[in-house]
Amino acid sequence: MLDSSADRAVGETSPVVSKRSQGLSDRAIAWLFVAPSIFLLLAVNIFPLIWTVRLSFTNFRVNRPNAEVQFVGLKNYISVLTDGDIWQTMQATAHFLIWTIVLQVLIGFALAYLINKKFRGNDLWTTVIVLPMMLSPAVVGNFWTFLYQPQIGLFNYAVGYLTGTDPSAFSMIGDVSLAPWAIVIVDTWMWTPFVMLICLAGLRSIPSSIYEAAECDRASKWRQFWTITIPMVLPFLMLAVLFRGIENFKMFDLVVQLTGGGPGSITELTSINLKREAFEKWRTGYASAYAVILFVTVFGLASIYVKALNKVKQR
Amino acid sequence: MPRSYLKSALAAGVVTGLMSLGAATSAQAEDLTLCWAAWDPANALVALSKDFEAKSGHKMSFEFVPWPNFADRMLNELNSGGKLCDLMIGDSQWIGGAAENGQYVKLNDFFDKEGIKMSDFIPATVTGYSEWPKGTPNYWALPAFGDVVGWSYRKDWFSRPELQAEFKQKYGHDLAVPKTFEELKHIAEFFQGRVIDGKTVYGAAIYTERGSEGITMGAMDVLYSYGFEYQNPDKPYELDGYVNSDKSVKGLEFYKELYNCCAPPGSSDAYMSENIDAYKSGQVALQMNFAFTWPGINADPNVGGDKSGYFPNPAGPDGKQFAQLGGQGISVVAVSEKQDAALEYIKWFAQPDVQAKWWQLGGYSALRAVVEDPGFAKSQPYAQTFLDSMAIVKDFWAEPSYASLLQASQKRFHNYVIAGQGTAKEALDGLVDDWKTIFEDEGKY
Repeated sequence: MLDSSADRAVGETSPVVSKRSQGLSDRAIAWLFVAPSIFLLLAVNIFPLIWTVRLSFTNFRVNRPNAEVQFVGLKNYISVLTDGDIWQTMQATAHFLIWTIVLQVLIGFALAYLINKKFRGNDLWTTVIVLPMMLSPAVVGNFWTFLYQPQIGLFNYAVGYLTGTDPSAFSMIGDVSLAPWAIVIVDTWMWTPFVMLICLAGLRSIPSSIYEAAECDRASKWRQFWTITIPMVLPFLMLAVLFRGIENFKMFDLVVQLTGGGPGSITELTSINLKREAFEKWRTGYASAYAVILFVTVFGLASIYVKALNKVKQR
Repeated sequence: MPRSYLKSALAAGVVTGLMSLGAATSAQAEDLTLCWAAWDPANALVALSKDFEAKSGHKMSFEFVPWPNFADRMLNELNSGGKLCDLMIGDSQWIGGAAENGQYVKLNDFFDKEGIKMSDFIPATVTGYSEWPKGTPNYWALPAFGDVVGWSYRKDWFSRPELQAEFKQKYGHDLAVPKTFEELKHIAEFFQGRVIDGKTVYGAAIYTERGSEGITMGAMDVLYSYGFEYQNPDKPYELDGYVNSDKSVKGLEFYKELYNCCAPPGSSDAYMSENIDAYKSGQVALQMNFAFTWPGINADPNVGGDKSGYFPNPAGPDGKQFAQLGGQGISVVAVSEKQDAALEYIKWFAQPDVQAKWWQLGGYSALRAVVEDPGFAKSQPYAQTFLDSMAIVKDFWAEPSYASLLQASQKRFHNYVIAGQGTAKEALDGLVDDWKTIFEDEGKY
């Protein structure tokens, strides 16, 4: 892999640059350029990954530098996979993941479909809609805690105004049944514009001639939508789902700011739970095994998904 | 010797002398970094430390981290052998881990050499902030900031005749500082949802925070007074029947009732700053909080002065009365390359006149000469309550595994009290299981 990258770099080097310079061969010069990136990649990604895998088979705790580190085999992996609390956080993550993706795809596509129609102020509305995704997740989490405040929060006020209920009678982030939806709502608010932009790119890539041909064949708008628009936008939608899926599987900052994983452990997603194991309980070996399992899960699912995406694109 | 050589030799001598003087000065004057939480007392310490800078020639720098992230940030620093901090005012529960892992410098020899006696400090603070193992004369910190959970209340609301009459008729006792937790709940219930001066107010702001230590610090205040014990006093680490005793169950049930009946809406994740906000904005009649908040309340234009009063944790059903210890000791970080200067700071800080000024600036001194001064109790409206509270303190585990022990209680308490999952008995039984697993890992059984 590395060789082929370097060879490609050599092949793409211009004739002028490819002249030998001060005794260095073209291949050496190419390696010289590629080496810093490879070094950084190894230092920042590959080495920590290998180190994490190594630690996952030990009882190492970073807060016990003097304690003897022992090889414990698969004990950490078995403990993680048989821990009921971890399966609970997996459920919380699945709930968050599925609902945010469903809502963001539906609303994002609907918004893209509307924005794609030519109307006055089109560009202005596009800018307004994409504003939330430009904010920091920590900031968003923080100010939504105020919006969800039962006594002064605009969200509660709006719900109270529309439904006639007392705004202070319910707490979005303090109620067990509402808190999982509270984080779904905020993530949807923030990241739907991202899905919209990807869908918009898909919609704008469809040649108008296809619709014109369909018009000539007297196809209804409904039929055009299902047989032209959806199939041609589908690869873009799948790409959006992939991005949001990976992002939300490792969601941390926004939820920590909003609920801190509570009430109880209802919104404790896997990333929050992992952080607690690693940096609050300092169970480094155990947390490493946990991280490896999550990595394999995401990597495996993403690989299967990318294959499916490629198949859809080839159709 | 030719004159030019003499001049050169003299010049060389002067230069060498100046250089060695400069080197000596730079070796003595250090730039010390003190790490602590970002809160009001930290500002007072910055002001206080100016005297140290003037006297010693050392320069003081400060690294303050907000409470919710304080333990994460500073324990990371200690565990990674970071050299950011020369002096650490670390939380009381860190002492076991920091001592056993060699992260703090042991101070016994230094105290002996400088004539600093631990008997000069409030005993509870010595045990809580300095000793490891507990109850032994092994000191890893100098008590720096005495703190304890107590209550502030709206004295001006309590003194209204119409409210007093209504309260007396309803509950059969006076609307006054509660002597028991049951009375405290009556007061909180009485004010919950009441309209005062055209504004809806609530009963009590209590600790419910999930992320760091909030709900444990709050629930333990009630549990201690109801009869909770961490372990069998005669058999360490025996938890069954102590942590989950019937009395402990009643205490946890009470804390949940207090949350359900009387906390302001939306306070499912409240700790120190949220409770201060609720109280200062006039939302609540009672506020549970550490004593460090009292100077700020006393000076507040809306609720300060005569409008507020302070009282220690009331008693439980059997008359037992305890309060959760807060506060910290100051330690020298073992990897610091400026340990001499850091020790010099501790020596300076331990002086009675510095401690007296520390109290004047808003820091809670733990030096007996300060707090036992005849004028102390009347020096501030909250001073007597501070003394009363410090006399009844208990602290959470200070074991090296305290972080895991704390996370377990955070989860069990929040699941039961806030999320309403399971019963108090199940929560405490689960806590016993969690703690036993942790102690098993530690080789305590």
